[in-house]
Amino acid sequence: MSKTYFDETHCAIGHPKSTFMQWMLTIDHKRIGIMYAAVMFTFFFVAVATAFLMRLELFAPGQQYIDGNTFNQAFTLHGVIMIFLFIVPGIPAIFGNIVMPLMIGAKDVSFPRLNWFTFWLYILGCIIAVSSLWVGNGFADTGWTFYAPYSINTNTNVIFTLVAAFILGMASILTGLNFLVTIHRLRAPGMTFFKMPLFVWGIYATAWIQLLATPVVGITLVLAIMEKYFGIGIFDPAKGGDPVLFEHLFWIYSHPAVYLMILPAFGIMSEIIPVFSRREIFGYRTIALSSASIAGIGYLVWGHHLYTSGMADIAKTVFSFLTFFVAIPTGIKFYDWIATMYKGKIVLATPMLWALGTIITFAIGGLTGVTIAMIGVDIHLQDTYYTVAHFHYAMLGGVVFLLFAGMHYWFPLVTGRMYNESHAKVAFYLNFIGFNLLWFPMFIAGYLGMPRRYFDYLPEFQIYHQASFVGAVIFITGLIYMFYVLIQGWRKGPKVGVNPWRATTLEWHLPSSPPPLENHSKVPYVDFDPYEYHHGEPVVKFDENMRRID
Amino acid sequence: MAHAYVPEIAVDREGNEHVVQGWQDDFYGGKLGFWLFMLTEVMMFGGMFLALAYYNTLHPQEFLEASASLNRLLGGTNTVILLVSALTMGLGLLKMRAGDVKGAKLMIWATILLAVIFLVIKGFEWTAEYDHGIFLMHGQMLPESTMAFGKKLFFGMYFTMTGLHGFHIIIGIGLMLWLLKRINANKVNPHHYILYFNIALYWDIVHLIWVFVFPYYYMIGAATGGTSGH
Repeated sequence: MSKTYFDETHCAIGHPKSTFMQWMLTIDHKRIGIMYAAVMFTFFFVAVATAFLMRLELFAPGQQYIDGNTFNQAFTLHGVIMIFLFIVPGIPAIFGNIVMPLMIGAKDVSFPRLNWFTFWLYILGCIIAVSSLWVGNGFADTGWTFYAPYSINTNTNVIFTLVAAFILGMASILTGLNFLVTIHRLRAPGMTFFKMPLFVWGIYATAWIQLLATPVVGITLVLAIMEKYFGIGIFDPAKGGDPVLFEHLFWIYSHPAVYLMILPAFGIMSEIIPVFSRREIFGYRTIALSSASIAGIGYLVWGHHLYTSGMADIAKTVFSFLTFFVAIPTGIKFYDWIATMYKGKIVLATPMLWALGTIITFAIGGLTGVTIAMIGVDIHLQDTYYTVAHFHYAMLGGVVFLLFAGMHYWFPLVTGRMYNESHAKVAFYLNFIGFNLLWFPMFIAGYLGMPRRYFDYLPEFQIYHQASFVGAVIFITGLIYMFYVLIQGWRKGPKVGVNPWRATTLEWHLPSSPPPLENHSKVPYVDFDPYEYHHGEPVVKFDENMRRID
Repeated sequence: MAHAYVPEIAVDREGNEHVVQGWQDDFYGGKLGFWLFMLTEVMMFGGMFLALAYYNTLHPQEFLEASASLNRLLGGTNTVILLVSALTMGLGLLKMRAGDVKGAKLMIWATILLAVIFLVIKGFEWTAEYDHGIFLMHGQMLPESTMAFGKKLFFGMYFTMTGLHGFHIIIGIGLMLWLLKRINANKVNPHHYILYFNIALYWDIVHLIWVFVFPYYYMIGAATGGTSGH
């Protein structure tokens, strides 16, 4: 039995004997990805629990379990963890690390030690973010957007959260930088940009956003800290400053950031659809280039968050118009995926189910986004549950669903074992039904005027909140079930070979399962497209030295 | 070198050999990575310049008056010092590539010296401003003071940006001391100088940012009168 990356590793400092220290100091991209996953899902469940607490409080009008201030802190905690600790770093840090170097035939990322450092920077950020639950005057109650001037004036411990967001931003920048250099420098010989798997394209577009947008929010947070503690006046109207400037600077990053979250998720979709349709992907170049253009256009649309904040009418019109444009490359991707499935031999395995479910949920999330990109409609729906539902359909029903899809898809690659297919499918259906029951009523409640971030509401909204609550219970049950199935699969699942899905990309052509420490035994020469199927069978085959034998 | 890295060879169907680029010993990768990192610095300072320009349009007259009161003599001296330090840093890199390790080290020490002088002059400047009642959380910058909004914003941004720039200078000095240590350990030498290359690049960006900071703070009010002092 050959050694896998669980048996041996390279370390940042020295060669420690203990397994624990080997994990702490590892520079292996696969191990680092697994550690990211462990930490992120822990925080994910903390944030889910916080959300459930809010749902519980909202089950009936009036105050039941927590007071208004606690509620404000709860939705801030939920937002900060979900955004900064989980979903922004999420797919790049987990699958960008584990899979991307394998897909391009690299032995590791370009700067493995920097990767190790970045992981611990991320952990430092997490610790600072969460520690303000116990340090100072309580957790921030500003919402995850930290809008000035309230964030400047509140007595809660905003500074910890701001510093944490800054550090997490640094970690995000360094991850993006590492991946950009990796993709530019370490592709296997012959692999041009248009021969890269589409997940790599997603990671590549994302890395540019991480690199170019994150510094802007970083400096915005620094300026907010300067304002709060040194009173420089920049966001304080009492000193001539302009709080709307904060919103602009914040969304210059944070809107591209939602594309930063979705692009690698779309990449996972583009991996799963051809493999489980047994067909070459339709419109490879349009998918690749639409990722790049979403990243580009995504920079120019931040103003649609500020329709009600005071902005020139012409600016509103331009931002509205530009926002519609994002729907075009996104629509192209959707048609490409659907066209790929057309006349394909569709295999309804769990990853494919998650991908198909996402086509439904993200279509709803995306199209409702177009409605609130319209200025007139948005004036009515701004800061209502409609926006909340849109956001969660796009992010949870888009990014996180595809993260789960990727988790099932690459599960045998990472662990060398297979989870129980039928249980995993039940978990998917529970999640899918619970998710829709949880969020869809909010579209209606929001349309009727239920504002977001309120801990109390008028009695006529009760039916929607109660439906959501039932959905939340089903959804959380589904989540726990899914993780249980996966963990059981890791512990006891049957061992599978290197390519259980009969996929074509390089990460499925490793010498052993789980992979050895330094990935491919030999680097192949890539003179083929990433998804070549003929009559439902993979075209490209390799011998043990990774030479083509077709 | 302790163990020379031997790149792998990939073979295509025709039997041609292709060298595989590994992450080890990738000079261009290291260069590209640091260029990208410098891009983030530009975006960060760019965000602050954006805010500054916005407030300049809101309070044009007060910005000119506040700028006139800055000390152009000291600021100008510092600009020259940083420009010369960028020269010494670059010359040192050329010497290193030409094999003159001793000369390179001398140039790095000269750069460190210039950087320290820059910080000392900056310190004098800030002290003088403090004595005139202009400093963060002090004198005329306090909320109850009657100094015009535009001036408060100008000086608030001035201390933030020159402070952050000064912080970069301090980091730069630390990096150069580390570089000297690596040179002495022969980890950086005429054949492996990527670390020197990147630190020189860093220093270039630090001086380049100052090249934008100086005119925007010190020079826009120059025509309004007053040569130096408050």
